[in-house]
Amino acid sequence: MKVLVAVKRVIDYNVKARVKSDGSGVDLANVKMSMNPFDEIAVEQAIRMKEAGTVDEVVAVSIGVKQAQETLRTALAMGADRAILVVAADDVHQDIEPLAVAKILKAVVDQEQPGLVLAGKQAIDNDMNATGQMLSALLGWSQGTFASEVAVDGDHAVITREVDGGLQTIKVKMPSIITVDLRLNEPRYASLPNIMKAKKKPMDEKTAADYGVDVTPRLEIIGTAEPAARKAGEIVGSVDELVAKLKEAGAV
Amino acid sequence: MDFAPTEEQVAIFDMAYEFGQKHIAPFAAKWEKQETIPKDLWPKVAELGLGGVYVSDDYGGSGLSRLDATMVFEALSMACPSVASMLSIHNMCGGMIDKFGSEETKQKWLPQLCSMEKIFSYCLTEPGSGSDAAALRTRADRTDTGYKLNGNKAFISGGSYSDVYLTMVRTGDVGPRGISAVLVEDGTPGLSFGALEQKMGWRAQPTSQVQFDDCEIPAENLMGEEGRGFTYAMAGLDGGRLNIAASALGGAQFALNTALQYTGERKAFGKTIDQFQALQFRLAAMEIKLQAARVFLRQAAWKLDEKAYDSVKYCAMAKAFVTDVSFEVANDALQLHGGYGYLADYGIEKIVRDLRVHQILEGTNEIMHLIVSRQMIADRG
Repeated sequence: MKVLVAVKRVIDYNVKARVKSDGSGVDLANVKMSMNPFDEIAVEQAIRMKEAGTVDEVVAVSIGVKQAQETLRTALAMGADRAILVVAADDVHQDIEPLAVAKILKAVVDQEQPGLVLAGKQAIDNDMNATGQMLSALLGWSQGTFASEVAVDGDHAVITREVDGGLQTIKVKMPSIITVDLRLNEPRYASLPNIMKAKKKPMDEKTAADYGVDVTPRLEIIGTAEPAARKAGEIVGSVDELVAKLKEAGAV
Repeated sequence: MDFAPTEEQVAIFDMAYEFGQKHIAPFAAKWEKQETIPKDLWPKVAELGLGGVYVSDDYGGSGLSRLDATMVFEALSMACPSVASMLSIHNMCGGMIDKFGSEETKQKWLPQLCSMEKIFSYCLTEPGSGSDAAALRTRADRTDTGYKLNGNKAFISGGSYSDVYLTMVRTGDVGPRGISAVLVEDGTPGLSFGALEQKMGWRAQPTSQVQFDDCEIPAENLMGEEGRGFTYAMAGLDGGRLNIAASALGGAQFALNTALQYTGERKAFGKTIDQFQALQFRLAAMEIKLQAARVFLRQAAWKLDEKAYDSVKYCAMAKAFVTDVSFEVANDALQLHGGYGYLADYGIEKIVRDLRVHQILEGTNEIMHLIVSRQMIADRG
């Protein structure tokens, strides 16, 4: 079985995000970017399935600016076999919306014919949590979202989902699109030899136009603002004083 | 001329940094107290290809350049210079065996070195010969089956802890041409160790004397050719010096990052202390020093990779400059922390203690100046 893993280049989770002065979004110029952490978990899952023998090829795909090739190299260094870069924007600040991404992914799936698509449950930049679901609808495939456990067995897969209040186990028909949650696995570090080998693995470069997908945004960003700065705390002298203050604030 | 690291170099740095932050940094203080590094760290290190960074992939190594390796050690050292340096010494041995060992030697030792099933130490310095290393007196006399070693090695990082000791011994007459390199395995009869040295820094890595008393080794444990050991030892040090410098740089960068953060939080006279121009200038001076050190270090590493005729001089210059400014920056970072910098909890005094030895070992910085001036005078003619 072939697995397609969708990975997104996002602002690194360690970077302190700053809003651009015109309020149009987060400043991404000269900021460290890396693979969406949930997508890293998806890549790890695909590689583990390959190591277990249930998968014979792992193809990573990324849609965005040309620099997303660095993100794909990370996937290749972790162990993906080859990569497909779909250039859909020139400006690092242009976010490709979930529907456009899902349409491109559908076209890639039509071409590659994988038996499974893996992706992160959401990207940490826009937190949309929509691409996997939209892709499922476009393909007419089953979907398993928020997966914390995945077991593929022939023509079906058993997926444990992290839902509010606990875990839910579902059985879906293959082929399927599975979006993964934080606790599915702990992604490996790419080893030195694999980092060096990643350079030699094949990476196809396509454009959104190659797949006939219009990526023009349908959403208009009205404004972006930084969260209000945390107010300074207050040191209280005793528990009684603490309780009194909390009552005063209506917290107890 | 291109000063940007390649995509691979960025990936290498990030991997080593993240590994260090997760698997080394949280335990650095504990290991220092325990005066040892748990051996179960090393298989995790080796899995990432960090056990044999210069060793070719035919023997299980990663085949990195010297320049790539400086990224590895700078990044790891941001977690703990003592642990990073221990790994640097193991890798120096790997580089020497890969470069100078016979096919049999490589086949036998390199796979275990790369997988870190065996940890290697480098033994050159003796109680009576440090800077004047070619005056070493540990003897290796020919026997029917190999060599019999007698003598002492001093200040050996990993002494009593490592599994194999790459030792420079005298097989011939006085002077550098009478020196050979041999491999001595832990457990060999006649091999023993002095008490653990109580050191100012680098306390996580065990250091002791290594003693040979009629210690017999087979002939096949000769590394390379007889009489060439001093050349090998010096070649090992050229790369080793780059890594010792890189480790100092990583430690200093951690100290600067911490100080930058602290000066934005600590308040005095009604404002955060980073609002005082005297301290702003101090921060800027620290940044300037480390950026200059980094560019210089990478240039020296590039020279060694390119086998430039003056690479030895550049490695020496970079070692002296980078380790000096790194110590200064760490010390400044401590000063910016005020009294808290002096407390172990903040992790800064450890960096100051750790980085002090980088100015001393793998050739003191005074010897580095000697190497530089000799080359200058030779070039002048």
